[in-house]
Amino acid sequence: MVKVAIYPPNSLILADLIERKGHTALALQKEVRKKVVDPEIDSPPMNITEDDPIKGLKYAAIEVPSGVRGRMSIIGPMIDEAEAAIIVDDAPFGFGCVGCARTNELSTFLLRNRDIPSLELNYPSSRDETMDMVNKINDFLDSLKSLEGS
Amino acid sequence: MVKIALISCGTEYSGVQKEIEKAANTFGAEIILPEIDLDYINEAYEKFGFSAQSSSLKLMIARAMSIVEGKSKADAIFIATCFRCAEGALVRNVVRQFIQANTRIPVVTYSFTERTKADELFIRMEALTTVVARRSILAREKQEGLTVGIDSGSTTTKVVLMENNSVIGTGWTATKDIMGSVDTAAAEAFEGTGYTMDDVDGIGTTGYGRLTIGKNLKAELIQEELSVNAKGAVYLAGHQKGDATVLDIGGMDNKVITVNNGIPDNFTMGGICAGASGRFLDMTSRRLDVDISELGPLALKGDYKQAVLNSYCIVFGIQDLVTTLAAGGSKEDAAAAACHSVAEQVYEQQLQEIDIREPLIQVGGTSLISGLVQAVSDVLGGIEVIVPDYSQHIGAVGSALLVSGMGNRQDNK
Repeated sequence: MVKVAIYPPNSLILADLIERKGHTALALQKEVRKKVVDPEIDSPPMNITEDDPIKGLKYAAIEVPSGVRGRMSIIGPMIDEAEAAIIVDDAPFGFGCVGCARTNELSTFLLRNRDIPSLELNYPSSRDETMDMVNKINDFLDSLKSLEGS
Repeated sequence: MVKIALISCGTEYSGVQKEIEKAANTFGAEIILPEIDLDYINEAYEKFGFSAQSSSLKLMIARAMSIVEGKSKADAIFIATCFRCAEGALVRNVVRQFIQANTRIPVVTYSFTERTKADELFIRMEALTTVVARRSILAREKQEGLTVGIDSGSTTTKVVLMENNSVIGTGWTATKDIMGSVDTAAAEAFEGTGYTMDDVDGIGTTGYGRLTIGKNLKAELIQEELSVNAKGAVYLAGHQKGDATVLDIGGMDNKVITVNNGIPDNFTMGGICAGASGRFLDMTSRRLDVDISELGPLALKGDYKQAVLNSYCIVFGIQDLVTTLAAGGSKEDAAAAACHSVAEQVYEQQLQEIDIREPLIQVGGTSLISGLVQAVSDVLGGIEVIVPDYSQHIGAVGSALLVSGMGNRQDNK
């Protein structure tokens, strides 16, 4: 079982494909869930408090807006934890989206520079391309089996 | 001539190009733009992996890549992006990390506005050129002969007398009249040593008043405080080999310097913000009616979480302090909160701009405030923080060390 980061980090389709192959998807929803099951919700709806953008300073300077740093406080540790990554570029927001172009730029940069097995694809625009994308993802996930236990 | 590569997204569009060049020229350096051809931009940009929207940032990435790949030559690098541009700030940081990870070229970063003037850049340009052009001086590890170091800071003036690798006298006074303060601190430093200023082999000056003092005393070394403090810190901490980070929370600005084998290779310098400086702690101690020397031990007894205090601005910070005390908060908690607030703000504004290398050597007058040292360690996740002896005299010790071997005043008599 390999921990696979995905981008967009909240793509249900990518997370599902990963889980089906027996790996762990590092999905944004799981991290947000940890924050919202906290008995004290200080900052609804996601319970990102003013401390979180400060934690995000590990990934982006103070001059970078707080929204980017708040997002990075959740996404950054997932990138650090990843053992493999799947990035889908130019995806429509229905596929998964963090709603911030600057976060996208930084997150994909950090993933590309993690020196881990990664697969980067463009979002498909036809049925054939979609099948091709899913096949490539499945092949990539199968290839990760050699990493298990290493 | 030291060649400083300018890697920026468009200083020429902000009206500050002239100021940057003027600042570099003042210290005998020249600004160069790494030349690259059009095809290389896309190639370098793809290789780098940051999907920037602005094409000037792509150019910036390609210029950095050309230096790392040896296609362009530079002695030092000045990375600048517009203040308040999020994408610019992201690229500025990742480009800095990329250069530092792949070269030993000194780098300094800056975010500019149309009001940026050459004198704001002086200290950064001077430090960049020093690291390149005066590497041999910075390599000095031992003080020899009888030398004096003078650090004319914004708040205090420090004088240190050194002989044969030992500090034999120190003086410290509040900075008022520049030369008058030097005389007062020097009198204290020379007291009981049997020496006078006429006996020394060399004089080194640093700090805001260094040029005036250097000219008056005909000093052999007049040097900005970034390289001097870095050298003084590793010397006093006995850590001249390997990596270290030097932190100086000053009365008016803050400096963070990374050092390798005693030579600074990167630094960041905070803007002028009283809320993140020693000045805030000075005001806090006055409001708490304790001497500044008691603030540290007091803070160690308190819990910062029990007091709401945010020194983003010194005025609001003191207002918070008044409110906390009025609501029945203890002096200990308020002192701890003040120390934590300064440490947190220094972290937020500066420490995360530089890759912290352990150990962290904390210097300057504020390093004597134990509560602040503890707060810095806490904010950085409990890392080792060293406060060497004479840490408050760091600039003066660094000057006395670096000028040794340069001065021959006795021979000239």
